[in-house]
Amino acid sequence: MENSPASKHLLEIRDLRIEGQSGEEWLEIVKGVSLTLDRGQIIGLIGESGAGKSTIGLAAMGFARPGCRISEGEILFDGVDLRGLQRKERRSLRGVRIAYVAQSAAASFNPAHRLIDQFSEIPVEHGISTKSEADADAIDLFTRLKMPFPDIIGLRYPHQVSGGQLQRAMTAMALSCRPDLIIFDEPTTALDVTTQIEVLATIRDIVEQFNTAAVYITHDLAVVAQMADKIIVLRYGEMIEEADTRIMLSDPKEDYTKSLWAVRSFKKTTEPPAPEPVPLLRVEHVTAGYGKELVLKDISFDIHRGQTVAVVGESGSGKSTAARVITGLLPPTQGAVFFDGKALPADYRERSKEQLRQAQMIYQMPDTAVNPRHRIRDIIGRPLSFYLGLSGEKHEQRVRELLNMIELEPDLFIDRYPGELSGGQKQRVCIARALAAEPQFIICDEVTSALDQLVAEGILKLLDRLQREFNLAFMFITHDLATVRAIADRVVVMLRGEIVEQGVKDTVFSPPHHEYTELLLSSVPEMDPDWLDNLLKRRVGSADLGGSDLIR
Amino acid sequence: MVAQRLGLGLLVLLAVSLIIFLGVELLPGDLAQAILGQAATPETLAAFRKELRLDLPMHIRYLEWLFNILQGDFGRSLANGREISELIGVRLGNTLFLALFSAVIAVPLSLTLGILAAMYRNSWYDRAVNIVTLSSISFPEFFIAYILIFVFSINLGWLPSLSNVSPETPFWQRIFLLLLPALTLTLVVVAHMMRMTRAAIINLLASPYIEMANLKGMSRARVILHHALPNAWAPIVNVVVINLAYLIVGVVIVEVVFVYPGLGQLIVDSVQKRDIPVVQACSIIFAATYIVLNLTADILSIVTNPRLLHPR
Amino acid sequence: MNEPVTKVLGDSADAMPPPPRAGKWDIAKRELRKAPWSAKFGLLVIALYVLAALFAPFLTPFGESEIVGESFMPWDATFILGTDNLGRDMLTRLLYGARNTVGIAFITTCVAFLIGGTGGMLAAILGGWTDQVLSRVVDVLMAIPQLIFALLLLTIFGTSIPVLIVIIAVLDSTRVFRLTRAVSQNVVVTDFVESARLRGESLGWISFREVLPNILPPLVAEFGLRFCFVFLLIAGLSFLGLGLQPPTADWGSMVRDNATLITYGDITPLLPAGAIALLTVGVNFVVDWFLHKTSGLRDGK
Repeated sequence: MENSPASKHLLEIRDLRIEGQSGEEWLEIVKGVSLTLDRGQIIGLIGESGAGKSTIGLAAMGFARPGCRISEGEILFDGVDLRGLQRKERRSLRGVRIAYVAQSAAASFNPAHRLIDQFSEIPVEHGISTKSEADADAIDLFTRLKMPFPDIIGLRYPHQVSGGQLQRAMTAMALSCRPDLIIFDEPTTALDVTTQIEVLATIRDIVEQFNTAAVYITHDLAVVAQMADKIIVLRYGEMIEEADTRIMLSDPKEDYTKSLWAVRSFKKTTEPPAPEPVPLLRVEHVTAGYGKELVLKDISFDIHRGQTVAVVGESGSGKSTAARVITGLLPPTQGAVFFDGKALPADYRERSKEQLRQAQMIYQMPDTAVNPRHRIRDIIGRPLSFYLGLSGEKHEQRVRELLNMIELEPDLFIDRYPGELSGGQKQRVCIARALAAEPQFIICDEVTSALDQLVAEGILKLLDRLQREFNLAFMFITHDLATVRAIADRVVVMLRGEIVEQGVKDTVFSPPHHEYTELLLSSVPEMDPDWLDNLLKRRVGSADLGGSDLIR
Repeated sequence: MVAQRLGLGLLVLLAVSLIIFLGVELLPGDLAQAILGQAATPETLAAFRKELRLDLPMHIRYLEWLFNILQGDFGRSLANGREISELIGVRLGNTLFLALFSAVIAVPLSLTLGILAAMYRNSWYDRAVNIVTLSSISFPEFFIAYILIFVFSINLGWLPSLSNVSPETPFWQRIFLLLLPALTLTLVVVAHMMRMTRAAIINLLASPYIEMANLKGMSRARVILHHALPNAWAPIVNVVVINLAYLIVGVVIVEVVFVYPGLGQLIVDSVQKRDIPVVQACSIIFAATYIVLNLTADILSIVTNPRLLHPR
Repeated sequence: MNEPVTKVLGDSADAMPPPPRAGKWDIAKRELRKAPWSAKFGLLVIALYVLAALFAPFLTPFGESEIVGESFMPWDATFILGTDNLGRDMLTRLLYGARNTVGIAFITTCVAFLIGGTGGMLAAILGGWTDQVLSRVVDVLMAIPQLIFALLLLTIFGTSIPVLIVIIAVLDSTRVFRLTRAVSQNVVVTDFVESARLRGESLGWISFREVLPNILPPLVAEFGLRFCFVFLLIAGLSFLGLGLQPPTADWGSMVRDNATLITYGDITPLLPAGAIALLTVGVNFVVDWFLHKTSGLRDGK
């Protein structure tokens, strides 16, 4: 290590290998990653879950989580190998010259202390400034980060502040000692799109103002396109490709990178059948809530046979509650749900077996949507015996047909437990279970948002094919407008329990928009690296739509 | 929040008193008959019933009983006719003294050991501590007590095997006599308490905000004292109180082994003699102590929880 | 299915076949070989106790409460561990004690799990009033220390084996209830239970097919812990003279009856106490290993 050439770069990682403990053994989770970063530069680490992005980010601070260890490689920060330093020396760098912004600010702020104290702690404890100087600086940074009430917001405790503001406060905290390098670990993943934009803009702004270098970790291509000067694509702990952002976007070399880039290209091509006079499902003036709090306020919409209706909104918009009302889990206080022209009993316990069979549901998290103690045969087979009374050879035959339908080889999968399957495969099993009931209507609740993009793409294609084969109607609940664009026929836009706009997709998605739809649409990051700049230019001057974070 | 919890505690106390009272009413057959036996003449039975006020309706007797207890009047013992409050007074003091003495040794010891085990998780120290505590949890109290007697009073002859104190025993003499019982209780409780402390601290150290504190370059001491500790009060207080409550009950067997004149011995004697009023009185005192301790734990964890301390 | 479905396993993004799988017995064997020495020791102890309990009459020439000699005879060739306060063979009583003390604790724990487990699962699945009522009753029962409550009830109902079993089982079922309810609640809120509900499944199916298999690991571990607790409680009561009644051979009362020997430097009365301790240590070691195993697996995912 001593005779390695000194680095001119701010950060240089050479052949980094990290092992993670799995039971008694150590498995390599980062397999020889190298990168360089200069002052004022932003490098984007992108990859799907399990790619080792966060582990690398933490290693850039000389830190390994409990159960992980850095086994090989050099981490040269300003020419000094962090691995060779004493614990104390490493500590004196953290927070001062290298800072970290975590994914979940809500969990990463200590609930027992005020925001401003957590901010000032860094410069004070490292002996850089006094408490009063640090506090004054905090207020200055809060102002520059455009946080509301910068003078007093620091006096609040973390749970008293919204998610978007917390994420900004955490960025401010990272800047407290004006570090040379900041690690951003998925800083906007937990936020709604409209909030995400503001935080992204803030981060970019601040990095420019202070000429700070940054490592930006994310799974979202469009986000990294806005933030990074160059991009490294990771998969299973290995580097797949590295290039400048614009080159990487326009001319990816590796197949894996190309496939990631291609994901957003899927688009439904077929037209839905012409609507019949009586809609398959009609939600009429439904108002519902928990206790006194109303979550849905007088909403109405129709879904016709063979049609996909996307219900779009941010968290708290009531889109999932709408699904709960339709399935009968949450009886509405007013209004009713009609299926094929007939009113459904409000409570699912009062619905007939036939009524239950006709409407099936697919969930967001395939991990919890199937019983981990049941074999695939039993999971898919239960609706067959329960609703259709199939047994014996016929039952087995049908389960195999369904497995074929979802593109899983029956012989390989039929006797497995869910734990042995990947996330996408489990989601396919959930689809098969819904299909087994032979329904006319399926609610898809954020079915792709827990999946990696490539896998999600496969699920969308499958759903589209099945819709054509069986003339299914889908209610597609999502916060992801790209998914809506890909698969919807009609769109329902929800905000705080109300429908702000609904109609045919092309109408809703082309101007003139409702104000909120406009905000939502324009906030979805695009692959164009200039998109954020252009958007911000456009938004300056127009009425401040960036207040979504305050309206919760 | 606190008031709500207090009210709930009071309700539970009331319910418990009702159970203890009603339990006796459930006695199969006639209470007087059961106590006096088959040989009793109808006259003595009738007189006895009158004395126990069994001729009155149940709810009246309950209210009377409860009201008297609140005034410190527990009635009379069936075995020797003495005032129960008189029997209990000194013994309750003895029991509390023993429990307190044990707690003074056990609480700091187990918190220290538990925090150390959590900080040096998976080290040989942690593993050794795990095996030792797991074993000592498994030992019946009387086993530990007799082993200690065997070693310290029979073989070495250092400490007395009987803790026969009287109200006149001077303080240091008392401490000396109580060393073995207190040591027994400490051994029993420390294992539990330090395992719980270890688990609570490990749980806490896994929080993202602790990782954040490390990434902010905070020293180890500051991470523990400033970041972990303010959030650790609730679990630690809980551990302490649960084990104090356990001590209060654990004394029963230890008192019997060391023939220590405490409440525990009294209740055991009375159960053998089927001296129901005394058993009832002891039960309600034990239960009340237990409930008050648990109540304290809950209230302390409410008032130390930052989220509840600083509401939105 | 108007169109023939083409198999496109090869080109979908999640086409990776599941990994090959070992049989259940192979896994069990491998796990056992990998187990730490403490767990192996625990399993060995449990096996020995079970054998002693099953074959007690064949292992000793004397009867359970047969008086065969003087009281407090020292260890010799005939009476390997000497005789007790009434002149009964100590070893014989120890072996029969395995039957009585362990057997009754085991039955009591089973009853406690039957009551507490069913109650806890019902409370979690049904929620609402059922949950409120059951939980409040349990709160009150748990507000009284178990040993004290047992003493009170034993005074009232007398000390016979069935009474002992029922009283301790009911008191202990409160803890089982709490745990079962808590772990069931984690399962009840999952989407697969919601999905079963929306399918129209009965309470029985949801309890036994959806919830129960998923709460089994923590319940099995808890069974071990509760068994230890019940076992120690019964031993404690017997030691106080309020548990199993003579002439039944029982470890707790054996300690009490022969305690005077300790003052003469004889360790014989410590043997039954040691027998109690050894078994609980064994069970605790196994449970600890099991908990480590099951929680470790969960972390891995």
